[in-house]
Amino acid sequence: MLLVCGDGLNDRNIGRLNLSNLINTMQLAFFGGVYNNYLALDAAVRDARGRGAEKLYCLGDLGAFGPHPDRVFDVIHDAGVECIQGNYDNGIGNGMDNCQCGYTDPRDNHFAQISYDYTYENTSQCHRDWMKELPTEGRLELDGLSVLLCHGSPRKTNEFLWQSTTSTHFLNKLADDFESELIFGTHTGIHWERELSRNRRFVNVGVLGRPENDGRTNVWYTLLRTGDDAPSGPYEIEFVPLVYDHERLAREMAGEKLPEEFIETIMSGWWSTCLEVLPSKERRAGIY
Amino acid sequence: MVDCPTVELQALDELWFQVAGTRCNLKCTHCFISCSPHNDSFGYLGLEEVERRLKESIEHGVKEYYFTGGEPFLNREMVPILELTLQYGPATVLTNATVFKTDWLERLRDAEAASIYSLEFRVSIDGPTPEINDPIRGENTFERAMRGVQMLVEYGFMPIITMTRTWELEEDQDVLGRFRQVLHEYGYTRPRLKVLPRLQIGAEATRTEGYGVHDRVTCEMMDDYDAGQLICTHSRIVTDRGVAVCPILLEAPDAHLGQSLSDARTPFALSHGACYTCYQYGAICTNTSVNQIEQSRSTIT
Repeated sequence: MLLVCGDGLNDRNIGRLNLSNLINTMQLAFFGGVYNNYLALDAAVRDARGRGAEKLYCLGDLGAFGPHPDRVFDVIHDAGVECIQGNYDNGIGNGMDNCQCGYTDPRDNHFAQISYDYTYENTSQCHRDWMKELPTEGRLELDGLSVLLCHGSPRKTNEFLWQSTTSTHFLNKLADDFESELIFGTHTGIHWERELSRNRRFVNVGVLGRPENDGRTNVWYTLLRTGDDAPSGPYEIEFVPLVYDHERLAREMAGEKLPEEFIETIMSGWWSTCLEVLPSKERRAGIY
Repeated sequence: MVDCPTVELQALDELWFQVAGTRCNLKCTHCFISCSPHNDSFGYLGLEEVERRLKESIEHGVKEYYFTGGEPFLNREMVPILELTLQYGPATVLTNATVFKTDWLERLRDAEAASIYSLEFRVSIDGPTPEINDPIRGENTFERAMRGVQMLVEYGFMPIITMTRTWELEEDQDVLGRFRQVLHEYGYTRPRLKVLPRLQIGAEATRTEGYGVHDRVTCEMMDDYDAGQLICTHSRIVTDRGVAVCPILLEAPDAHLGQSLSDARTPFALSHGACYTCYQYGAICTNTSVNQIEQSRSTIT
């Protein structure tokens, strides 16, 4: 069902993360950048629910890359996914003229602009308005754990925290400064985690929008278990590979005349555009 | 004298090491600190000193480490320094790629493979042809540096080629396109490139001209400006004389802020012409993987 503006998200608080939640549930699911991939989002919701996730969160970047931007909002509303704002949502919500990705390679900028213009033009005004008002961070109190949700990093929405270019003591300082046992982010497009001092942890939850530049077509999301659901410790993190109908997504992208390079990524699992920001280790893992 | 804004260190994200001092095997005519085979103005940093600073950096939450000179690989301890650094965090080394030895690259390849962190090489080549590069960097330096790039690629590295713009800004894309093609021809099929602005100090002030008295950052210019673009808001550099504000202003007395990293967290006045270049171009010293533009944070009530 296509969301009609004013239906569902007209209650401006639906889908928007309550900024400080005291939660007693034991299993939560975290979704990273959706990039218009409503098919993966829908599959992730069903998969997470099937695994017993009681609450669902999205860490921003609802748009970009994929087809039919408005369809994401239907899924968010119907499933009660609580969201924070990513840099893309900030850009689209505030009517900026580009994604502020900071690329210098003209090829990267070319593809980033195609993606941004398509998403902007095909996102209803009510959804733009809704994204504009999303909070840039969220906090959960969960079985005694202080959990911080952000998009890029707790201090900056569009900061890239790559696994290979982020020292452990930097992350420890973030956990100190932001008084958090667990920090969840996304933004880079590749899931990873790092154990920190005093049993704290940083987790990049991955993204639903596109595969991880590893030659596989699945995408990733993350489960957090606490309390009785985490017998091995105060919490457990599980990265979940998610298979979805990527061939249908590719067909719909072709129908929308999105670039062949984007479709190739969905079908092959290799990133082919906007590679400039990758550090060498992450870049070498791919083929382009 | 124009008024002069002062910027705070927002976070010590990058710690630089002037690891080869001002000693370089080349004598580039645009070098902003006039490095040469005979410039001993700043000395080498030894492995022990680097280790002490790495340990000191932990409590400051440093995210990445950068090594520069001079030519870092003139420092005989450069390979062990990088091997050690990769146990602490990501490392980037700025080199002219003309003095590599295969056993060094073999060791560094193994060190990076054993680390969770990236080792980045930034190779300075000032244009896609000897005709553009060699008058600046010296005779045959284009071929020697390209051979260095080939060696890095053979050992699995993906160097970032940095070039100082000695052409007009609007020619950037043409130069970059030509450079990509040349690098392909040399076997580097996934080249990474970064253009740097000229800094009109040191040797460059003689080659062309220095900054004019009005080439300064004013307080008014800081209104609505993302100060995070300036390296002095997120970096400091260790030298053999203590800790300085940035790799560019080493020859300025006011750039030297103290002996410890804590001492060097003091605010810095943007009083130099080079500060104006940093202001204009932003993020000129960091890698492209940390490119980011400030976005407004929503007010949470």
